[in-house]
Amino acid sequence: MTHNVYVYLFVMAATTYLIRVLPLTLIRREIKNRTIRSFLYYVPYVTLAVMTFPAILDATQSTWSALAALITAILLAWFGQSLFVVSVASCVIVFILELIIL
Amino acid sequence: MKSENHTWFLQGMRDGIPIALGYFAVSLTLGITAKKAGLTALQSLLASLTNHASAGEFIGFTLIAAGASYLELCIMEAVANARYLLMSCSLSQKLSPDTSLLHRLIIGFFVTDEIFGVSISVPGKLNPFYTYGVISVASPGWVIGTYLGVILGNLLPLRAVSALGVGLYGMFIAVFIPQARKSRIVAGLVVISFCASLIFSKVPVFAQISSGIRIIILTLVISLTAAVLFPIDEETEKGKKETTAEDTAHGKEVLS
Repeated sequence: MTHNVYVYLFVMAATTYLIRVLPLTLIRREIKNRTIRSFLYYVPYVTLAVMTFPAILDATQSTWSALAALITAILLAWFGQSLFVVSVASCVIVFILELIIL
Repeated sequence: MKSENHTWFLQGMRDGIPIALGYFAVSLTLGITAKKAGLTALQSLLASLTNHASAGEFIGFTLIAAGASYLELCIMEAVANARYLLMSCSLSQKLSPDTSLLHRLIIGFFVTDEIFGVSISVPGKLNPFYTYGVISVASPGWVIGTYLGVILGNLLPLRAVSALGVGLYGMFIAVFIPQARKSRIVAGLVVISFCASLIFSKVPVFAQISSGIRIIILTLVISLTAAVLFPIDEETEKGKKETTAEDTAHGKEVLS
């Protein structure tokens, strides 16, 4: 059986969209249950933390430049710097460090 | 109300810039994968335009290259993108209940790690126009990056790709660290998440699990445990309201 690339692309898009849109459209009200509310309150922070570490260490050419970026980003975010500043600063740190060490 | 939407849209565009840069770096490499899978630049562009999913598209291209069945592709997409189901649930509570179906259908199309991350971090309820602002800047970064990845291939300086690659993580950090500073429980959860994630990626038995599944399992277990042990109380809600007033005032000051 030969496969059509456009059917492949359609399957990808349709599956991805359904997963994303169903909860948003089906859950229209505020959930009252305290445990579920708490769960959904914690989900974003936990999932972003899980995605960040240790994956960030493999995102650059050197584990050390990535580690430096991680620490810099945590410190800047802790002291109230904006999303933009934190993100750009971590890129700049990696760029400068890799100029030196690589 | 109109000017409020306008303000939110502009704020979204601002926060969309680092996302666009990070997307650009990641989608360049994605384009290279697409090319290897035998897709044309235009097909890759179409895939990125209709998916906006890094892991999902990577897996998709790999399966297309392998000539997998449509059903296999469907199942693997569902697995790779299952975390968006959780994020979408979480985001449903961030929207005001009277948010229209159209807004929900559009936002749903763009629930990515990053767009979700910034949308959930705005004070109070989410104004859809904030997310639209983010999308207007970030989405072209993703789509154009994929397209150029196919065309330019490996011509780009490695140094630049390497530096940009860390930007998305910087953004994630900028979302959960401020909350960790406000709440000791969230701070503890971040530390636990880091440790658990490290263990899962290094210990041989767990390391075989795909990263998508790993993220879901860890998110479910840690968040659910925290919800049972430390249910959010009225103080947390109050704290939320205080920050809302403060941040809104601050936002207005900056933008006016």
